[in-house]
Amino acid sequence: MSERTFEVVGTRPVRHDGVDKVTGRAAYGADANWPGMLHGALLRSPHAHARIVSIDTRAAAAAPGVKAVLIGADLPDTHATISLGEAAMDVRDMSHNLMARDKVVYHGQPVAAVAATTLDAAREALGRIVVQYEVLTPVLTVDEALAPGAPLLHDDLVTKGAAVGPKTGTNLAGRYEFKRGDVAAGFQEADTIVEREFRTATVHQGYIEPHACIARCGEDGRAVVWCSTQGPFVVRDATAAIAGLDAAHVKVIPSEIGGGFGGKIVVYLEPIAVALSRKAQRPVKMVMSRDEVFRATGPTSGTKVHVRIGARRDGTIVAARVSLWYEAGAFRGSPVGAGAMCALAPYTIPNFFIDAHDVVVNKPKVAAYRAPGSPMAMFAVESVIDEIARELKMDPIDLRLKNAAAEGDQAAYGPKFGPIGLRAVLDAAKRHPHWSAPVGPNQGRGFALGFWFNGGMNSAATITLGADGSAAVFTGNPDIGGTRAAQAMMVAEELGVDVDRVRPTVADTDTAGYTDVTGGSRVCFATGMAVIQAAQEVREELKRRAAKMWNVAPEQVTWERGRVLPPAGAKDAKSGADAQPLTVAQIAARMTHTGGPIVGRAALYAPMAGPGFGAHICDLEVDPETGRSRVVRYTALQDVGKAVHPSYVEGQIQGGAAQGIGWALNEEYVYNRDGVMENAGFLDYRMPVASDLPFIDTVIVEVPNPLHPYGVRGVGEVPIVPPLGAVANAMRSATGIRFTELPLSPPRVLEQIAGVDARREGRPGTVAVGA
Amino acid sequence: MKLHINTTINGEPAEFLCDGHETLVSALRNTLGLTGTKEGCSTGDCGACSVLLDGRLVPSCLVLAPEAHGRSITTIEGIASGDTLHPLQRVFLEDAALQCGVCTPGFIIAAKALLDANPNPTEAQARFWLAGNLCRCTGYDKIIRAVLDTAATMNEAAAV
Repeated sequence: MSERTFEVVGTRPVRHDGVDKVTGRAAYGADANWPGMLHGALLRSPHAHARIVSIDTRAAAAAPGVKAVLIGADLPDTHATISLGEAAMDVRDMSHNLMARDKVVYHGQPVAAVAATTLDAAREALGRIVVQYEVLTPVLTVDEALAPGAPLLHDDLVTKGAAVGPKTGTNLAGRYEFKRGDVAAGFQEADTIVEREFRTATVHQGYIEPHACIARCGEDGRAVVWCSTQGPFVVRDATAAIAGLDAAHVKVIPSEIGGGFGGKIVVYLEPIAVALSRKAQRPVKMVMSRDEVFRATGPTSGTKVHVRIGARRDGTIVAARVSLWYEAGAFRGSPVGAGAMCALAPYTIPNFFIDAHDVVVNKPKVAAYRAPGSPMAMFAVESVIDEIARELKMDPIDLRLKNAAAEGDQAAYGPKFGPIGLRAVLDAAKRHPHWSAPVGPNQGRGFALGFWFNGGMNSAATITLGADGSAAVFTGNPDIGGTRAAQAMMVAEELGVDVDRVRPTVADTDTAGYTDVTGGSRVCFATGMAVIQAAQEVREELKRRAAKMWNVAPEQVTWERGRVLPPAGAKDAKSGADAQPLTVAQIAARMTHTGGPIVGRAALYAPMAGPGFGAHICDLEVDPETGRSRVVRYTALQDVGKAVHPSYVEGQIQGGAAQGIGWALNEEYVYNRDGVMENAGFLDYRMPVASDLPFIDTVIVEVPNPLHPYGVRGVGEVPIVPPLGAVANAMRSATGIRFTELPLSPPRVLEQIAGVDARREGRPGTVAVGA
Repeated sequence: MKLHINTTINGEPAEFLCDGHETLVSALRNTLGLTGTKEGCSTGDCGACSVLLDGRLVPSCLVLAPEAHGRSITTIEGIASGDTLHPLQRVFLEDAALQCGVCTPGFIIAAKALLDANPNPTEAQARFWLAGNLCRCTGYDKIIRAVLDTAATMNEAAAV
């Protein structure tokens, strides 16, 4: 693509929604209160696996203040399918997930709901509901779930994809294969082979804003829902299907969203609130507690990943064998397919075989979490690559450069790569002063790559011009990380108006053209492209209007940064004076007389996106006495194609890195034998806090994506992928121990260090750190 | 029986009715309409509900609403003076120290308490003071920079 110079893109204006957010005025999911509203509350299963024998809600319905009670039998049985952005989902599972029918399949699954005049009254009424359970044995890991004779979560589950055993009577929800070449022959060529098995814990997206909504459903069956979501159109379609309404009668107004990271795409509360409101004929507000968020939303899969990779002495990787088992939670649909496709994405490997297993267990149904599936798979592969570099005594970056995919290579997951920035990122990492800086005592350095496809799909945008030349832009993507500012910048870039005079709005489902979810790192790319096209349409209309004002043909006028220039000799149609260049504001001021309002719109489906690669360098310091480790220096490099607002691009990279560091070092769901999560709060589910982290240095690499007019790829998901491997590889450098299980929590690290220590006879109490 | 509470919020006298077990964050948000204070965990771990109670930083989810009686509370809505943003608010915007923004009011309140107590904090002091506030979007980098930048700006202004 030709080198384009930008006026606005690449600058760092104050975000348009910023003042509302620093003053507390911005309205999030729980911030709306409607006249006459009731408060909804959910009764949740105390068992991880049980048959529901009976539910008696009579006493609750008669309780003071109670206006509606709901159980699973009140909701229709549906097999509708809705688009979840990157995949279609059977609504039946989503419906059962948010309200159990005859069986509960995880601890915390809702079994009944109440709406009452106060939250206290609603909660009190929940205590009057009598549920009889026949308790069953839960299965909590992929190994338990796939063991012969394991209790089954769903009698009707059928294995999708390439099953090797029986497809029924199993907890294996899917099995998928990806292969190339001859793996056995490939390993024959290898001079060195490294094989390890890895595990990662269930972790949560950890958005600070709990799920919240308020809904009303009228006598006419029409519903309005205000909620915190990444996908208003998903909420509309899923709510309609689950509550038994016509989607044509459901309007969803997205609130400001307090983080999502993939976890606010599916619905948990909205259909319940609508169904309660329909019964009570009053608005119903529902807000989750943090405890509910942990136990019954999100998380992402706990995993087991087995990796075997062979390389020649010169570092050429000749064969790979990867097996992945991902917990789906209680219903099918883990991100194991994406994990399998990402696992080897950075490398050109002639022979590989990958099999991926989607396994149901008695835990909450997993939801998307930032680059869903990729971090666990790449943690395993990047750990093994690190071991190969050690065996071959090669620099880890050189080994990766030797095998790095480039433009024209067939990606391990299928398509041929277009221009990609993997090598540019690796080169930048190698040149970065961090890579060659000395490592302190008790410290180790780790390096790892990350990959995500990035997303395209459906987007729409509308731009309306004011008579003052200002512009309003409407899109349908809730703004999680600064996308409104980026979209306003794109309009300003195309129209030459001040970015401060562009008003970006996240529109409701009755106003915005159909738009897929905020996810897949797609908003700045695909919705941004729609915004640019809509702005270009405005520009064409401005040229037509100017031509009219000069009585010339539209093709005779030219556009030059915010102005339309007349052809030589043109006269102003009204005054007869020599025509002068007209600014956007000057043309807009005359729009009533030149054809009426000026509106640009664009809608598109982007089938492809620009793949993104990142590389992280992590310095970890380990306390040999406690096993506690601390990230002391961190550098994240990433090809983003083009950074529209560099500050928010850096912010995405830093935030993703911090989440990945938390995943690597501390975060995990701790379950007891009964399948009850024992650490469902922020005190015990330990996410990184400010004192856990250093400044996170970012390097933005820009290899333009030819599929986008500015070269944008997307940024948000790649940065959560490398930290797991980078931290584990740093731990390997610091301690000499290859850890294969995350998180690297102090007890786990201490146990391993002590084990190594005990094996070193004659050196009691000393620990070889920094080996 | 509801309790009748007389308090001062953001410099203005305020009164409200509440149950004895109601939390301050609930009274602020649901009774007084001050929804800028957010509730993220209800256990004092996330800091989204941070307010100043007689100048002291507290998570308002761990304060009972009746405890506000006769006290003075500062919320995010009371940080700006007139039409001028507080320096922390301005620098948070300039430094892009927010993404989703839901933790931002709590961070600004906590950072104000820090700068009130220590106008010239080191990076480590800022990180440990703000360790009671969770942010899941930013990795804290730009937040810490914004707090340190604000301190520098305010000290410069004070020196002039």
